[in-house]
Parts: sequence; C-alpha cells; structure tokens
Amino acid sequence: MADFETPELFKHIHVPKIQPGSMESDGPFIAKPEHQDPLCFPGELVDDWETKAVEEMGNAVKKYRGLRVFLDSCVKCGACTDKCHYFLGSADPKNMPVARQDLFRSVYRRYHTPTGRFLGKLGLGWLVGAKEMSKEVLDDWWNYYHQCSECRRCSVYCPYGIDTAEITMAARDVMARVGRGMKYSNEIIGKVYKIGNNLGLPEPALADTLEGLEEDIEDDTGVKVELPLDREGVEILLVTPSADFFAEPHVDGLMGYAKVFHEAGVTWTLSSKASEAANFGLFIGNYENMRRIALRIREAAIDLGVKRIVFGECGHAWRVAYSFLNTLAGPFDFLDQRYPIPQHICEFTWDLIQKDKLKFDPSENDWMTLTFHDSCNVARASRMGDKPGGQFTIPRNIIKTVCNNYVDMAPETIGEGTFCCGGGGGLLTDDLMPVRVKGAMPRMTALNNVVQEEGVTHMAAICAICKSQFSKVLPYYNMGMDMIVSVHQLVSNALILTGQNSDEDEAESPAEAANE
Amino acid sequence: MPLEVNGKTYETDEEGYLANLNDWTPEVAEALAAADGETLTDNHWEVINFLREYYEEYQIAPAVRVLTKAIGKKLGKDKGNSKYLYELFPYGPAKQACKYAGLPKPTGCV
Repeated sequence: MADFETPELFKHIHVPKIQPGSMESDGPFIAKPEHQDPLCFPGELVDDWETKAVEEMGNAVKKYRGLRVFLDSCVKCGACTDKCHYFLGSADPKNMPVARQDLFRSVYRRYHTPTGRFLGKLGLGWLVGAKEMSKEVLDDWWNYYHQCSECRRCSVYCPYGIDTAEITMAARDVMARVGRGMKYSNEIIGKVYKIGNNLGLPEPALADTLEGLEEDIEDDTGVKVELPLDREGVEILLVTPSADFFAEPHVDGLMGYAKVFHEAGVTWTLSSKASEAANFGLFIGNYENMRRIALRIREAAIDLGVKRIVFGECGHAWRVAYSFLNTLAGPFDFLDQRYPIPQHICEFTWDLIQKDKLKFDPSENDWMTLTFHDSCNVARASRMGDKPGGQFTIPRNIIKTVCNNYVDMAPETIGEGTFCCGGGGGLLTDDLMPVRVKGAMPRMTALNNVVQEEGVTHMAAICAICKSQFSKVLPYYNMGMDMIVSVHQLVSNALILTGQNSDEDEAESPAEAANE
Repeated sequence: MPLEVNGKTYETDEEGYLANLNDWTPEVAEALAAADGETLTDNHWEVINFLREYYEEYQIAPAVRVLTKAIGKKLGKDKGNSKYLYELFPYGPAKQACKYAGLPKPTGCV
C-alpha cells in the first residue's frame, strides 16, 4: 500500500488551501490485452494514438450533443470548485470539477473549435485555452479522470447544468478506444460476458451459496424461505449486484429481499445469466458495452418468462435501469404493464408497507440508531415511486417503519446534495486507496457529527459499492467497519414472517432442554 | 514483482497475487505471507485449505458467509464469524486469504 495521510475530521467540511500536484500519481492499473479484448478495445496504446484520440473525441462530440454543449458552455464562474469530495479531501486543484473538465476541454478547443484550430496552427492556441494532445495530457487524463466518481454533485451547483460525469466518461472512453483501458473495470466487464457477473461467480457456486442462505433463514426463523435460481414461469426476476451473494453486509440485504418476496406471496427468481445488476459500461462511458451488459437482463427475462423485473440495492444499476434500460434493451412490452418497469426493491417493499401487508417488530433494531447515506446515482440520476424526491423519502420511510431510532445527517450532505462514498464510478479498487480514503472525508465528517451528537451507531445504504467502500474506509477514520448496513437487512431484522418462531419460543427451548 | 522461493521464480501480478494457480505450493503460501510481513499459523492454514478445496470444486473463492459457516462447523461457533477471520487476515479474508491460497483476487463491488 502506498503511504498517504488520512484527512483529519473537523466539525465542518473545510474548503482546503490548494496543494498543487498533491494527487499526482500513475493512476490505476492499466488493463492488459486480455482485459481489453472482450470489450473490443485495442490491447495496448495504438500507433499514432494522439491522432486517433483526437478523432475519437470528434466522434464523441458529434454523437453526444450534450457533451459538446458541456464543453462549450463553461464560463469559469467557480461554483463547482468546492463541491467535489475528491477536491475537498485532497486539496489538489486539478480535482476542482472545472479544472478536471478543462483537461479534456482544452484538447477539444484545439482540435474541434474553429478558433482553436486556427490559433493552434499558429502556435497561439493558449489564447483560447487550447492545448495539443500529448503524452503529458494523456497521463493527466489517466490520473485525474480516475479521481472522479461520476457522482454529479458538482452538476447540481453548476448554473449551466454542466454534467462533469459525462466529460469523465467521454475521456475514459476515448482512452480505452486508443488502447488505454482501466484494469479494474474492464476485467470485471469481461467476467460479466464470460460468467455472468462482476465476481466471476459460476452457476454452481451461486446455487450452493443460495442454498446456504435458505438454511440460514430457516435456522433463524423456522420458516422455509426460498431463494430460487433460474426458475421459469415465475412472476418476478430479481436482478441484484453479485456482491449481494458474496460480501457483508450485502448478503443480509439479499436475505431481506427474499423474506419480503416470501411474505408478499409472489413467485420470483434470480437468473444465472443476469446474476449481476451492475453495469460498468456506464463507468467507462462506453455505450456498446453498456448496451451489451443491459441486454442480458432482457434475454434472462424472456427466457424465464417473467412478468416483472425488480432491481436489488445497487446505485448505478438503478440509474441504468431507471433512466436507460428501455432505450438500451427495450421495449419491455412482454412485461406486466401495471407495474413500474423496472421496479426498485425499495418501491416494492414500501408498496407492501403502505398496503399493510407486512408485519414488523421494529424493536429488533432498537440496539441501533440509524442514519441513511443517499447513494449518488440513486439521488441525482433516478427517482423512485410516483412523486418527485421519492428516491429520498421511500428508503427513509422504510427505515423509519422498521427502526425506532433514526437521524438524518446535515441537510447539505444528503438528498440531492449528497456526498459520494468515495468509491463510485469504477474507483472501488485497492490501487486507488488514497483517492478513496481522501474522497470519503466529507461523508465521514457528516457521519462523525451525528455519531458524536446524536448517538448514531449505524449508517444504511442501498448501493453495493457504497457498502464495500464504507466497510473499507470507516476504519481509516476510527469508526467500525460494521457500522454500514443494508436497508433490507434492517427490514429483515424486523420483519415477522407468518409462522415464524417467536422470541418466546426461542426463550423456551433452552429452558425445555435444561428440564429434560 | 516476481516471487522467489527455494531458488525458483514465480510470476505475480501488480498486487502480488500468483499469476498461475498451478504454481502454488505451501512454501509459496509462506513466502507470499512473508512478503506482507505475516507468519502463517495453523489457524491461517485451516482457512487457506478450505479456500483451496472450495475453489477446486467451484472455481471461485467462497462467499464470506459460506466461509464463516464452514470455519464455524470445523473450529467451533466462536470462530464462525467475520470478526475472527479479520483478526487472522486484517486486510479482509476474501482478499488476503485468497492471495496466500494462490487464488485470484475477488473482483467487483466487494
């Protein structure tokens, strides 16, 4: 591990004094040819990559008109400068969103605007902020476009609505197309194509894991709750991040979904083909790969003959599902049109709660005081339910139904202004640990305040990346890794299944055993 | 950074994971741990052996819950939890134990 300093937490999130170059590095590990090939990218930096990168940039601004508008419309007002968690945590001025955008914008100006082209040829490009494509520029792109989690917080405060994430995505896509891909994301996408999920969890291992979870639920409650795999003709296909099968606290959330489906009396299944909700095609800004990943879900739904698709707790998957699934992989005319297509597990659970179809004992969660972390992609790129802001109220309403102790973090750090966990957008890799730890500082500050002042003990989230990132970075800030929980883990704790062993039964059994 | 054990050189990736699964021997495991400043005890070996058996059957490392359950059955309930595993493998049982067992690093949102 590289040596780096964990930022100190203060009462308020300070805007730091800039430290130029403080986050200069070689960037994340570079994809090898075997990671690039399945995604149809060249294995290594191609010959004459400077010209090709400029061409690819030209294709991108032609194809995505929004990108051109974002590149043209910045007036350098500075509203975004202190909004990025990576800038606040690292003090490197190139992590101010405007400065990070300008790494790409300056090359765009040089080759794709009339004044830039004219002045650039005379060697006077600098007059309009235009810059030649060079190795130095590429290295800066590589490093700093992997210090952006595409969380879009800066965009909320931009008076022109410039979407910085789109620029990060475009830069990463241009680099991958000329042979400079990111190992973490691209290796994972290759596993999705080959095996069906980010983890590379093959079907037999998945079946074994699910069977183990069924045993655990039965041991705990006395009720046989199924977690079916590839069951045809059922009502619902659940698409969830593969971390839900593998990691903690994710798996506790998965057991919660299963219990909710069971208690709702609906039939459902997981799919080994679409055993992953995540779509890292979004992170690398590549439409073709994003579409190919999304199409697996359509194929699985058709193969299994389901009527509804429900997504588990995964932030960016919900963005792709809610905002793009229909154009990427639609039309979904074969699904039951009376339900949202697709539906979020929180919408599903909240609907049942409103219809009074679930029974809870919230005192099961009394040993905790909860707060909720809004995940960036859910907060700023999607919605839930049928009212504006449903993505904020529905998860909170669920938590407040199943827990007696709930406190929000400071208002400017949640909701639409939520701070990213620090590991989103394809940065959840050990080679970017300094970026992840520093970028978590604003969220850690807000959390630490409610821990100190309100006695908060746990933070719930609905994103696999957030959960993994927090369990890794919390200890850096002297907080416990098990402070992070899944929303449906809380649901699971409090849900009373029909026919479930009551606490009295459990209390009786040791006594009975003693009498025998 | 290649790993040297008893005069033989083994290829590893950027993070020190064995490049070739078939290169693994118990001595290689000891050397991989030594490179991190760790010494493997019998408790470590219980986990490493289970990981290798599971991998042999399923071509993937076990989920954390599968691992804790198996260790709990073998060594008693007080050890069948992730706290115990984190004490043994502070950098995370999934990643650190896989490394010493010669298995690929788990990828994804974990």
